[in-house]
Amino acid sequence: MKLNIGGITEAGQSKKNLTGSWRYQIPVIDQDKCNGCGICELFCPDSCIDINNGRAVIDDTYCKGCGICVKECSRDAIVMQPEGDG
Amino acid sequence: MKGLARENYLAPGHNACPGCGVSIAVRLILRAIGNNVIVVSPTGCLETFTSPYGMSAWEVPWVHSLFENAPAVASGIEAALQYKGNPDTQVVVIGGDGATFDIGLGSLSGMLERNHNILYICYDNEAYMNTGIQRSSATPMGASTSTTPVGSKSYGEALPKKNMLTFALAHNIEYVASAAIAYPRDLMNKVKRGLDLKGAAYLHVITPCTLGWGFEPDETIELSRLGVQAGIFPLVEYENGELTRVRKIKELKPVKEYLGSQKRFSHLEEAEYENVKESIKEIVRQNVKKYGLLER
Amino acid sequence: MSKYPVKNREIMQGSIAVAETIGALEPGVIGVYPITPQTHIVEHLARLVANGAINSRYINADSEFSAASILYGAASAGVRSYSASSSQGLLLMTEVIFNMAGTRLPGVFSAVNRSLSPPINIQVDHQDTMTLRDSGLIQIYVENIQEAVDTHVQIYRIAEDREVLLPAMVCMDGWIISHAYEPVTLWQEDAVKEFAGSYDPPFKVDPRKPLTYGALTDDDKITEFKYMVDSALCRTENKIVQAAELFREEFGNFHGDVVEKYYTDDAKIIIVAMGSVVGTIKEAVDRMRAGGKKVGLLKIRSFRPFPAAAVRELLSGAEMAIVVDRSFSASAGGILGSEIKANLYHQNGPVLFNYIAGIGGRELYPHSIMEIVQESETAFSKDCVPDGAVFFNLNEELL
Repeated sequence: MKLNIGGITEAGQSKKNLTGSWRYQIPVIDQDKCNGCGICELFCPDSCIDINNGRAVIDDTYCKGCGICVKECSRDAIVMQPEGDG
Repeated sequence: MKGLARENYLAPGHNACPGCGVSIAVRLILRAIGNNVIVVSPTGCLETFTSPYGMSAWEVPWVHSLFENAPAVASGIEAALQYKGNPDTQVVVIGGDGATFDIGLGSLSGMLERNHNILYICYDNEAYMNTGIQRSSATPMGASTSTTPVGSKSYGEALPKKNMLTFALAHNIEYVASAAIAYPRDLMNKVKRGLDLKGAAYLHVITPCTLGWGFEPDETIELSRLGVQAGIFPLVEYENGELTRVRKIKELKPVKEYLGSQKRFSHLEEAEYENVKESIKEIVRQNVKKYGLLER
Repeated sequence: MSKYPVKNREIMQGSIAVAETIGALEPGVIGVYPITPQTHIVEHLARLVANGAINSRYINADSEFSAASILYGAASAGVRSYSASSSQGLLLMTEVIFNMAGTRLPGVFSAVNRSLSPPINIQVDHQDTMTLRDSGLIQIYVENIQEAVDTHVQIYRIAEDREVLLPAMVCMDGWIISHAYEPVTLWQEDAVKEFAGSYDPPFKVDPRKPLTYGALTDDDKITEFKYMVDSALCRTENKIVQAAELFREEFGNFHGDVVEKYYTDDAKIIIVAMGSVVGTIKEAVDRMRAGGKKVGLLKIRSFRPFPAAAVRELLSGAEMAIVVDRSFSASAGGILGSEIKANLYHQNGPVLFNYIAGIGGRELYPHSIMEIVQESETAFSKDCVPDGAVFFNLNEELL
């Protein structure tokens, strides 16, 4: 790919950077407890939580496993699990 | 959170540390603004983790020039938009404390004094985190940083934090406020208020830094909340120089709890630093008095 | 009636003539900070704005650093921008100018040349602008007020060319050009605007097409980005020549090649210089020619891009080249001299003499130039050419 002059670059291309590989633990959502309030989405530093059909969904492609969502969930609907324990 | 649209203008895949307070702040800020905006950022953490060539996380136009000139670059953009007859596009600066408190202070003062229609947002993580946790004039008294390390002759940062709200108010601008990421609705409302009012506005956002402050990545929001509730970071709003709104606190959390939750203050546990802790408590007392922080 | 678009011809101060020309171009954003001796330019522009003659956004910045940064912002938003400065002010702008060049933002600056501190001195030399030479900035040095005017008419067209897109600086000597009064032809606004064309960059900050400016790069791309700046500046040489030719066609004046030659064709001795001293040197050449000496002058107009081919070609036939430098790099000689010398290396070129002269406004008269030539000829004939640059007229008694 040819470089643009001046280092000017396209928007939103960080999606190529799969930061999920940084993670050693992964948040898992208890679908029964989650009411889709969206607080986890609001606090996620990595823009990798979405609210779908009234439930939070985590995109593990980018989740760095910080655990803020777990801590801030008012319904204790998210737990951290070691990466790979599915 | 009900009633909040979920547009996201900071793409995933940026290189911020896990649990970064700045990225939370920026997501909330951009959500409040929408996409008819040009964002200018000085050099700093935010710039570094969002802008590798070919891997930009910005979904809105974003300009980084240098460390100390973001307010002036924004001034040029705002003037250009005016010249072109485009008053609808917002111009917003999002810069760190080093750029705001220190190296870009003159540039910021010029922009505020000229009263450009620009919202300046400082994300304050209280040191030069991008370069390895060197102190800035936003670093609070007692904090150990890589250039104010604790030693036999040092208790960490010796000077109290510069008061940027007072600095901004000195420019007679319409809107000056502070916010914290633990209170997203309040933060977003303040962003909107700063944009709605014509002319320059200054918004100060505290963004806890897991690496620089020394806490676990999942504690970022908790630290932000604790800072507010301990009276360290009052959340206030000024319009036309008048204090118009203060987020009241039911019961002050102990300063000790705030300090004890961060490695940068861990040395203050020792008895010999009682006077430093006392000075920090005095700062809280002044905040309580100045802003009427306590509910009564 | 002239067939050319002459607005009027009158005796004017250099700064006012330049400001009138910039006014005719009406840059959308003007970023300003006062410093002597460029102030008359921006003061006059302020009057044009205050009287409603032009519609530019005139911003009184908090420093030259911010003034230049305002140009950066305006240029990134796709609006033509302008500033003027001198001396310390230019140094304060330096970081921004590198940044504009790297981001390919073509703001235009008038540099009114002045010495650098310390000791503080408000008179002319070229140390200020020469210190910016590595930035990627286009730099054209002018000899007199008319050339300053005509170069300002041409400069936006050059800088904003899509194959260039670099910041540009017209360098005019403080006082001698900025404050002198000479008969000047000013050009009609419409013709000036039309000549400059419109600024239409391939990229600009715009919410309708979000882009990221000022990205971070690693070693895998940075050399290529720097190379692109270098090659854009090299390409500028042709653009300068083309703009000059077009200007000659449309305005009937010629100020514009990358170099100007004066009696170089048969010259055994060629003096090389830039700026207002060139006028003095022309007078000296005339006198020496009248005395039968085969002397010529090579005026460097475009210092950046550096006119390497023209310099080699024009100096190749001479026995001696004498570079009169108004700036120097401490311990390494005159800056222009060093570059000319480097350019002639491995060429069968002339013996090179380098004089550092006219520092901080120290006057250079035709007889000073003749003295320099005489001194060089003597050294040449005795085969004792100085190793490095010589400070001309150094008062040893003060040392």
